[in-house]
Amino acid sequence: MKLLEYQAKERFTSAGLAVPAGRLARTPDEAAAAAAELGRIAVKAQVPIGGRGKAGGIAVVDTPDDARREAQRILSMQIRGYPVRRVWCETALAIDSELYLGVTLDRDQRRMVIIFSAAGGMEIEQVAAETPDRIAKLWPDPFAGPQPFEIRRLAFDALSHAPEHRERAGKLASSLVNVTTRLYSLASSLDALTCEINPLALTPDGLLVAADGKLEIDENAEYRHRDVAEELAREDAGAEVTGEDPFEVEARKRGLTYVHLDGYVGCIGNGAGLTMNTLDLVKQHGGEPADFLDIGGGASAERVRNALEMVLLDPKVRGVFINVFGGITRGDEVARGVIAARDELNITKPLVVRMTGTREEEGRRLLHEAGIVPATSATEAADKIVQLTRDAA
Amino acid sequence: MSILVDRGSRVVIQGMTGREGSFHTEQMRAFGTNVVAGVSPGKGGNDQNGVPVFDTVADAVEATDANVAGVFVPPAFAADAIMESAAAGVALTVCITEGIPVHDMVRARAFVDRTSGKLLGANCPGIVTPRQCKIGIIPNHINEPGPVGIVGRSGTLTYEVIQGLSQAGMGQTTSVGIGGDPVLGLGFTEVLQMFAADGDTRAVVMIGEIGGSDEERAAQWIESSGFDKPVIAFISGRTAPPGKRMGHAGAIISGGTGTAQSKIDALTAAGAAIADTIEDVVRLTAARLGAPAA
Repeated sequence: MKLLEYQAKERFTSAGLAVPAGRLARTPDEAAAAAAELGRIAVKAQVPIGGRGKAGGIAVVDTPDDARREAQRILSMQIRGYPVRRVWCETALAIDSELYLGVTLDRDQRRMVIIFSAAGGMEIEQVAAETPDRIAKLWPDPFAGPQPFEIRRLAFDALSHAPEHRERAGKLASSLVNVTTRLYSLASSLDALTCEINPLALTPDGLLVAADGKLEIDENAEYRHRDVAEELAREDAGAEVTGEDPFEVEARKRGLTYVHLDGYVGCIGNGAGLTMNTLDLVKQHGGEPADFLDIGGGASAERVRNALEMVLLDPKVRGVFINVFGGITRGDEVARGVIAARDELNITKPLVVRMTGTREEEGRRLLHEAGIVPATSATEAADKIVQLTRDAA
Repeated sequence: MSILVDRGSRVVIQGMTGREGSFHTEQMRAFGTNVVAGVSPGKGGNDQNGVPVFDTVADAVEATDANVAGVFVPPAFAADAIMESAAAGVALTVCITEGIPVHDMVRARAFVDRTSGKLLGANCPGIVTPRQCKIGIIPNHINEPGPVGIVGRSGTLTYEVIQGLSQAGMGQTTSVGIGGDPVLGLGFTEVLQMFAADGDTRAVVMIGEIGGSDEERAAQWIESSGFDKPVIAFISGRTAPPGKRMGHAGAIISGGTGTAQSKIDALTAAGAAIADTIEDVVRLTAARLGAPAA
């Protein structure tokens, strides 16, 4: 679950972190009203991706009229496919320098990591590539959280390579103890996979202010954060276009694990690794996969039907490759499920089914009799489906 | 020989009275696993099909000397169950549960690391030493004893490899599913180290996928340690677009890291044979074992 900047900043505020005063605007008039109230403001597109500044999605304005005009322009934009439906209007900060502070998952260390950088305002990956000395990391004990001495060390590590901060390093480190403790505690309490302030602005009077905010919450922990899930669902409700892939939105409603791709061979498998391999085989045989759809461990007739219907919603799909490892599911049951789904949905496009499991010969016989192409190996199935769909444009 | 589990393993199943837990407990017993106890808080004192049920893992261990735990409890309670068995002194905890919050797993992993116990998973299919012990959900009938060690992140793809090798007459010492989550217990490197020390394992099949850099680190270890058993690697997700989770919570290319190509390159440099299909895995394993190809 990705929160927008203004939603992240609401959480920052509750956690005691400083953010610029701001108002949400859905119309140019609301943006003008915000400027009338706050004075000089930044009008910022609210989209769930980075790079909006470069795309022209941020404007600093001095008057309500300018705010109205800029909001009008930004609200009509699409940024990398995401239509801008609201802008966040916040007091334009006087910034002395930009830092970075983030909490994210470090898979290699199997820990959350706190990353502090003396260079902010750009992607942290870019800082890591260009000036790695300016970045320092801390892997706190997940039960105790980061301790003040650890945070000071983190700060001094990064600041020692930033000569412009040398004189105020002590004061900065002490402010960072406060900010980092609060940010980490927020990340933990929200089950954040990423909780990032970039830039963390140092103002001329020495305050650390979150000039931007990024917050992504672990979907596995959604049950602990129903309020966030509901807020996101509410915000998206009523919008004609969410910017999200409409097929993926539909799949989520159907409870399916689905990723939409650009090709024309529909792919259904059971298990993530096996399904990924199914796509790889299609590509290897010269075809282009249209999707990734994992129906999970078992392969009940109902799940197969739901999956087939989903995959065929995409008109680009010319045929479907179903790849099932039966395990304890019987091959004839899988076959009957596919046949029933094909009949019920009136599918006329070619279907190739490869499956293993007990009674797989009987399953293959049933498929063959029903006019569905059975295959004994995934390689053979990939070859067949590609042949059947390649020229059927 | 084998790694991690064998006929001496005394298994306690956490969540044994639940739907998944009870079904798979019977499958495991049919396989020959010595299930000595179940744990279900509040149901202690009962038994299920002749297996005694305890309220806590500590009680189960005290009464039955259980030394391996299988976790079949729902995601919200699974991290706690992992910590409970590690605290009770169980040597290996195998967690099947999918969907555990990452922060919970970070804590559970740190907790287990402070004990002498090991963790396999979560979100894994489990572990099998053919004819001796199975913990988890790998189908019973596909496993045959033999010289190949298998370690994989995926469930069904690992089953395919087991079945393909078994049908070609190449059985397994032990098959290990390490799981599809971003934060895991044992990784490829730790399992390879165990296969290195196992005299009966003559070749290892690694089943990796996009996301993270566990395969790359294993490749580094293969090179630096001089691991001399043949490695056959099967990596899925070459067609996966960046930034999308491909089914597994951990199968995601992020910030340019975790691509299939990076894993294939690292493993190739370490001398592993790269397989594109199950048939390739079988063929390459046969060739490396010096056995007749099927």
